[in-house]
Amino acid sequence: MSLFNKLGFGKKEKLHDGLEKTRSGFLEKMGKALVGKDKVDDEVLDDLEEVLITSDVGVKTTLEVIRRIEARVAKDKYLNSKELQGILQEEIAQLLKENDEERPAAFDAKLTHKPHIILVVGVNGVGKTTTIGKLAHLYKLAGKNVMLGAGDTFRAGAVEQLKIWSERAGVPIIQQGQGADPAAVAFDTVSSAKSREADVVLVDTAGRLHNRKALMDELAKIKRVMGKVVDQAPHEVLLVLDASTGQNAMQQAKAFSEVVDVTGLALTKLDGTAKGGIVIAISNEISVPVKYIGIGEKIEDLHVFDRNSFVEALFSKNH
Amino acid sequence: MFEDLSGKLEQAFKSVTGQARLSDVNVAETVREIRRALLDADVNYDVARSITAAVKEKALGQGVLASVTPGQQFTKIVYDELVSVLGDEKEDIQFASTPPTVILIAGLQGSGKTTFTAKLAKFLKSQGRNPLLAAADVYRPAAVDQLRTLGDSIEVPVYSIKEKDAVRTAKEALAEAKKNAHDTLIIDTAGRMHVDEVMMSEVAEIKSVVKPNEVLFVVDAMTGQDAVFTAREFDKQIDFNGVVLTKLDGDTRGGAAISIKSVVNKPIKFVSTGEGVDSISAFYPDRMAQRILGMGDVVSLVEKAQEQYDEVQARKLQAKISSNAFNFEDFYGQLQQIKKMGSMRDLIGMIPGMSKQLGDVEIDDDSLKPIEAMINSMTIQERRNPQLINGSRRKRIATGSGTSVREVNDLLKQFNQMKKMMKTMTKMNKMGRAMEGLKNLAGRQRLH
Ligand SMILES: Nc1nc2c(ncn2[C@@H]2O[C@H](COP(=O)(O)OP(=O)(O)OP(=O)(O)O)[C@@H](O)[C@H]2O)c(=O)[nH]1
Ligand SMILES: Nc1nc2c(ncn2[C@@H]2O[C@H](COP(=O)(O)OP(=O)(O)OP(=O)(O)O)[C@@H](O)[C@H]2O)c(=O)[nH]1
Ligand SMILES: [Mg+2]
Ligand SMILES: [Mg+2]
Repeated sequence: MSLFNKLGFGKKEKLHDGLEKTRSGFLEKMGKALVGKDKVDDEVLDDLEEVLITSDVGVKTTLEVIRRIEARVAKDKYLNSKELQGILQEEIAQLLKENDEERPAAFDAKLTHKPHIILVVGVNGVGKTTTIGKLAHLYKLAGKNVMLGAGDTFRAGAVEQLKIWSERAGVPIIQQGQGADPAAVAFDTVSSAKSREADVVLVDTAGRLHNRKALMDELAKIKRVMGKVVDQAPHEVLLVLDASTGQNAMQQAKAFSEVVDVTGLALTKLDGTAKGGIVIAISNEISVPVKYIGIGEKIEDLHVFDRNSFVEALFSKNH
Repeated sequence: MFEDLSGKLEQAFKSVTGQARLSDVNVAETVREIRRALLDADVNYDVARSITAAVKEKALGQGVLASVTPGQQFTKIVYDELVSVLGDEKEDIQFASTPPTVILIAGLQGSGKTTFTAKLAKFLKSQGRNPLLAAADVYRPAAVDQLRTLGDSIEVPVYSIKEKDAVRTAKEALAEAKKNAHDTLIIDTAGRMHVDEVMMSEVAEIKSVVKPNEVLFVVDAMTGQDAVFTAREFDKQIDFNGVVLTKLDGDTRGGAAISIKSVVNKPIKFVSTGEGVDSISAFYPDRMAQRILGMGDVVSLVEKAQEQYDEVQARKLQAKISSNAFNFEDFYGQLQQIKKMGSMRDLIGMIPGMSKQLGDVEIDDDSLKPIEAMINSMTIQERRNPQLINGSRRKRIATGSGTSVREVNDLLKQFNQMKKMMKTMTKMNKMGRAMEGLKNLAGRQRLH
C-alpha cells in the first residue's frame, strides 16, 4: 500500500458507456484511422480488441491478431481502407485451417473411401443429431448413398429423433434402441454400410462432456470398433461446436482430439447473434478445418464453411 | 488445468515492480490480469470492464494486509466483487396461493430445458407435490418422446396433444392440471433463438395465456460473450424471474453467470450438474465466484487477515493535504496506521521515487523507531506547525529522542518534500488527470 493510494490518489477508471454498442462500420472506421499511417493507433486497436473478444475469439488469439496487424502495418504501410480490411481478414483467415483433400467439404466430391465413414461427436446439446440429419440430406442430394447409425443409445428420445431425421432425409438408419451398447451399434452400422455398399455413413453419438473420462473412453471404443470392420474407419471425426459456447470450446476440442482424433469442426447455431470466434483459435491450435456451419433447425440450414464470409461476419453489425 | 488467478496476480506484481505492494503501478498491471482472467472465464467484455473498475477502486482504497500476499489480497477483492454481483440471497420457486403453480421453462436450443423440466418435477415431487408436465415443444423431432421417457422414469404424467400447437398444449395442460388436482404444472417449451421473432412471440403468448407463477430461463453454463444478448432479449419478451444454469458438471468457468446477473439482475435459482434426473441443486454465489476465478482457499486466508482501514480518516487527511495543513500529528497517526497494516516499505513507498532508490535494501520496522521518537520529542505546537522547528528546537528534539541533529534535519527535509509532493498529487487528482509516469492508467484498460 502506498499512502497516496489510500488518500484517494488512484485514478478512477472510466466506465464504459453501457452495453449498447454496435460494431457497425468498424472496418470503415479502422480503415479511415489508418490511411497513410505506419502505426495503428490505440483507439483502433481497442476497437479491434473489443470486436474480437465479444466474438469469443479469446484473449490469446486477440492479442496475436493485434500483434500481427501492427507488424503488417509497420511493414506494408497500406494505402486505403480496403487494403487494410484485406490485411485484417487475411491475418485472421490464416489461422483457420483449410480442408484436406481426403475429406472434402463439397457433397458431390469424389471420396477416397467407400463407405466413407463419419463419426459425429461433441458435448451435450450442441447439435450433433441435427447436423447429421442435414448432412444426410445434402449428401443424398449430391447423389450419394447415405446411411445413419443411431449411436446415441443413452439420451431419452435420441434414437427416435435420429429416426425422424432419417425419414426427412430419406435415408436408412441402423438402430438398436435406447440402452443398447453404442459400440455395438457402430459396429452394426459400419458392417451393413459395407455390405450394402453405402457411400457415406454418419454415426451419431450421445452428447458427453469432455471431462467425463468413462464417457470419453466409451467414445474411443466406438471409434476402434469401426476400424475393425472398415479399413481406416472412421475416415472423418466431426466435432460439433455450438457457436454460443465461449472459451470452454477450446477445452472440448482438445479433449475430443486427444481421444478420437478430430478431423473437422461443425459450428452450429450461427443463426443467433453469437459469432463462434473461438473456432479460430481451435482451428489454429489443433490444426483442423471448420467444415460446416449450422444456421437453423431446418434440414437445409447447413452450409459449407467459408473463411472469408466467416471473418466478415465477425465485423458485421450485430446486436 | 487452469492457472489460478491469485498465482497470475502474484506474477503481475513481480513483473512490474519486483516487489509486492499495492500501488498504482502494480494495480494497473494487476487489473489487466484480472480483466484477462474474467474474459478467459467468459465474463462479458463490458461486464468485465465494469467489474475491474470497481475492483480497482476498492483495491486502491485498501491497506496491505501483512499476512497475505498482495496477489491473494487482490483475488479476494475480485472474489468479493463477484459474489456481490451474483447476489447472496437464495431464492426459491414462487408457489401459487391457489394451485396449480405454473412454471414455464424457456431458453435457447439445447440448453437443457427438457432435462431440467424432469429434474424440477422430480425435485418438487420429492417435496410432496404432484406435478404435471406439458410437452409444449412441438418442433424438435421427438421432443415429446424425450419428455415422455423422462416423465415415465420419474413417474410424472406428461400432457401432449397431436396438433403442433404449443399455446394450445399449454392451455389444455393447465385445464388438465386443474381437473386432475395437480398442484404444479411445468411447461417445457421448444428451444428458440432470441432473434427469432415468431418463436419469441410464441413463448410470450404461452406466458400470457397460462400466467405462470414462475418463468425460468435455462442457460448453458458454457455460454460465451453472447449470454448478455440472449438473456436480455428473453427478459424483454417474457420477463423471467429466475435463471437455471446447466451443464456445470463440465469444466467451464461459467462467467456467463456473472454476465447475465449484471445485465438482467434476476436470481439464479437452480443449477444443473448432469444428465441424470437427480442432478439439480441450489445456486451458491460463493462457489460460483470461486469457480470463475479458479481459486482455492485464498478467500478464507484473506478473510482471516482482513483489517479495516478507516476511510473517514483518509478523507480527512486528503483535505488536510490540499489545504497545506498536513503536519507531524497527521504523519504520526499515519505511521501508526501503517505499522498496524504493513511494513516499513509501505511508508517509504509513499514518497515517489523513494522505493526505487532503495531498491532491494531490506528495511525492517525498527527503522521507524527513531522517526517515532523524534516526533514524540516534539511539542504539540511543533507537531502542528512544523515551521516552528528552528535550530535550538532541533537540538532539543535530537537530545530527547536519542538521535542526532542531522537526523532531525533529514526528517524535516523529507517531511517537507513529501508534503509538497502530496499536494501536487492531490491537485493532479482533482483535475482528473492521470498520474504522471504511471503507465497503463491512461483512459481505457487495454489488453494489448
Ligand atoms: N437455431 C439453431 N438450432 C440448432 C442448430 N443445430 C441444432 N439446433 C437445435 O439445437 C438443439 C439440440 O440439437 P441436437 O441435434 O439434438 O443436439 P445434440 O448435440 O445431438 O444433442 P445431444 O444428443 O442431446 O447431446 C435442437 O433443438 C436443434 O434443433 C442450428 O444450427 N441453429
Ligand atoms: N452434462 C450435462 N448434460 C446436460 C445437463 N442438462 C442437460 N444436459 C444434456 O444436454 C442435452 C440437451 O438437453 P435437453 O434437455 O434436451 O435440452 P433442451 O433445452 O430441451 O433442448 P431443445 O429442446 O432442443 O432446445 C442432452 O444431451 C441432455 O442430456 C447437465 O446439467 N449436464
Ligand atoms: Mg443427439
Ligand atoms: Mg427440449
